[in-house]
Amino acid sequence: MKLSTRQVDGVTIVDCSGRITLGEGSVTLRDTVRELLSKGNKKIVLNLAEVNYIDSSGIGELVSAFTTSKNQGGELKLLHLTKKVHDLLQITKLYTVFDVKDDETAAVKGFK
Amino acid sequence: MEQQLSYTLDSTLETVDHAEESATRIATELGFGEEEIMQISMAVREGAVNAVLHGNKYAPDKKVVLAFERTADDLVITIRDQGKGIDLSGIPNPLAPENLLKTSGRGIFLMRSFMDVVEIRPSQSGTEVKLIKHVHGPSVGNKERSQ
Repeated sequence: MKLSTRQVDGVTIVDCSGRITLGEGSVTLRDTVRELLSKGNKKIVLNLAEVNYIDSSGIGELVSAFTTSKNQGGELKLLHLTKKVHDLLQITKLYTVFDVKDDETAAVKGFK
Repeated sequence: MEQQLSYTLDSTLETVDHAEESATRIATELGFGEEEIMQISMAVREGAVNAVLHGNKYAPDKKVVLAFERTADDLVITIRDQGKGIDLSGIPNPLAPENLLKTSGRGIFLMRSFMDVVEIRPSQSGTEVKLIKHVHGPSVGNKERSQ
């Protein structure tokens, strides 16, 4: 899994590509989100447009990223879900838990 | 694939990837559709994760046995570990509101969501998970049946 971050109007966009699965992918995502929060970047968007596979461990990492952000006074949104990820979040009933966006500008403007 | 195929694998993350890749390859060979291939490979991955992580707990002296069998009507996949046996009564419903934000506990749920039949048999010498996907239509795998 590859991650890169960029700033847009005070919001950190994390562009993710590859697989979020047990092992390296999950750890990379966890470390990135925690580092962002520790540096005061509290508004985070995970761009999942290039994430083509996710397993239950990856779902767990998305939940962890979401709750960790919230617990530290931040906010995390998901952007551009692929069909696979969308379907997984639907059947696990997490789609309505996350703040999911299809448009980056709307996602950035959506922060309080 | 031949009618039966079996692997004995170490309790490592590589085994999880190997199991998923094997499932994808075999489901593709049998002619399952793209959606079903994804479902089968993900169910097998989750089963392998449980075997390696929760069953054998990465123990180097414990193995995971992964077997694929093509029957007349089904693809039957068996994943067996050498752990202490899973406690099925201790698995919470991941869809319950109080569990939605838990970071684990969705593996068996996903297996049940993606496969037609999931049988889990825990014992003191390990857990056996049987995953069954029905073959739909004559185009899958056994072409002779349509002739």
